[in-house]
Amino acid sequence: MRTKIPLVVCLAFGVIMFAQYFSNHTIARAVYNNILEWWQIIFAFTLFVGVAAFIKNNLKSISRGKKDTPYKIVSLIGLALMPLLAIIGGTRIGSPFLWSFENMLAPMQATVFSLLAFFVASASFRGFRARTVSATILLLTALIVLIGRIPLAEMISESLPKTTFWIQSYPSMAARRAILIGIGLGSMTTALRVILGIERTYLRGE
Amino acid sequence: MAVSAAASDGNVETGSWLNIDTLPTLIFSLISLLIVLYAIWSVKSGRKFTIREIPGLKAVDEAVGRATEMGSSILYTPGWGGDIQRPTTIASMNILSSVATRTAEYDCRLIYPTHDPVIMAVAQEVVKESSIKAGHPERYRADDIFYISSSQFGYAAAVDGIISREKPASIFLLGTFEAESLILAETGNSIGSIQIAGTDSTIQLAFFIVACDYTLIGEELFAASGYLSGNESILSSVKAQDIIKILISLFIIVAMIWATIDPSSTWWVF
Repeated sequence: MRTKIPLVVCLAFGVIMFAQYFSNHTIARAVYNNILEWWQIIFAFTLFVGVAAFIKNNLKSISRGKKDTPYKIVSLIGLALMPLLAIIGGTRIGSPFLWSFENMLAPMQATVFSLLAFFVASASFRGFRARTVSATILLLTALIVLIGRIPLAEMISESLPKTTFWIQSYPSMAARRAILIGIGLGSMTTALRVILGIERTYLRGE
Repeated sequence: MAVSAAASDGNVETGSWLNIDTLPTLIFSLISLLIVLYAIWSVKSGRKFTIREIPGLKAVDEAVGRATEMGSSILYTPGWGGDIQRPTTIASMNILSSVATRTAEYDCRLIYPTHDPVIMAVAQEVVKESSIKAGHPERYRADDIFYISSSQFGYAAAVDGIISREKPASIFLLGTFEAESLILAETGNSIGSIQIAGTDSTIQLAFFIVACDYTLIGEELFAASGYLSGNESILSSVKAQDIIKILISLFIIVAMIWATIDPSSTWWVF
C-alpha cells in the first residue's frame, strides 16, 4: 500500500499532464494551471524544510568548531539579514534591502560568474593541446571559429566568416542534433518508465 | 477556478479537445509508447537484452574505491538547472542510488549539496534506502545531503568552497547544469579529483568533456539505471530507445532522398 498509492498518483498525474499537452480545451488548460499552482504551494512548503535543514546544519557545524565555521556564520547572517531588511524597510527603490541586493549580492554573483572566463581559458588550454590528429583538427577548427566570430575576420579574409558559419551550421550542428535526439529519447523513455512504474528509485527503490 | 469562469460565460471560447498542431507529436508519442510496451513484453516473454559498455558508468566503482582507499569523501551534485520533474534529475537519482549503495558498503562519506529542497528530500530518501539495501543503515548521514541556495552562483560558490575545503577524491556531476558546470568541474580538476559527469545540455557537455575524466553523453545518462542495476525491464526501455532511434534515422534518410528528388515537397516538415 505504501508504494501502490504513490504509483497510482504518479500514473494518474503522468497521464493527465501527457493528455493536456494535446488539448486546447479550457478544462485541459485549467487542470494544467491548477496543477502548476499546487506545485508552487508544495515547493513553498519544501523550501521551509530546506531552510530549516540549512540553519540546523550550519548551527551544528558552528557548534563543532569546524574549519568552515566563518563561512557558516556569514551564511546565517545573510539568511537572516535579507528578509529582515525587506520586512523593516520594504523592497522599494532606495530601501536597504534593494541597496544590499544591488551593491552586495549582485556583485558577488557577478564575481563568481566572472571566474568562468579564467576557467574557460584553463580548460581550453588543456582541451586544445594538439597531441593527436583529432585533437589537432579540433584545435584548428576552434581557431577558425574563434577568429571568424570577431569583426577583424573579414579584414583577414572574406571567406573566414563564411567558413565559421558553415562549421557551426553543418558539422557542429549535425553532431549536436545527434546528441539532442539521444537526450530527447532518453528523457522520453525515463518519463515513461516513471509513469508506468518501472522506475521506482524516487520511491526508495521499492 | 478557470473552468467555472469559462463554463458560466456562454460566450467564452472553450477550445477543442484535440489541438491539431500537436497531432504529429501525439502520433510519435503513441508509437514510442507502443515500442516501449513491446520491448517490456519481450523481456517478460524471456528475451534477453544487453547494453554496450559505458566507460563513465563502469568507472563508478573505481571512483568510490578511490575515495575509500584515500580515506576521503565523494561529492555528488545534480547541478543547478533542474528540478525533480525533469527526467535528467530522475536519471541522476537512479545513479545516486547505485553510488550510495557502494558508499554505504565501503563506509565512504557521500556529500550531496543541492539547490532545490524537493531534490534534497528525495535524495535523502534514496540514500537512506540505499544504505539499508547495503545492510548498513547506520552509515546514512542525513546532514550530508543538504540544501544550499536557489541562487545559481550562490550555489556554485558554496559547492566550490566545499570542494576546496573537503577535497573529495571523487566528484559526480550528474544532472542539469548551466553556467556553473565549468566552475565546478575546473575546481574539481584543480584538486585532482576523479570526475564523472553527465548532463542534458549540449553546451555544458563540451565543458565536461574537457574538464572531467568521464562524461556520459546524450542517452548514456538515461541508460544508467538499467546499466547499473541490471533490471531487465529498464534495459528493455533502453532497447526501445534504440528501435525508435533506428526509425528516426530511416525517416531522415527517406526525407533526405525525397528532398533531393523533389525539392518542392515538404511532407516531412511538421
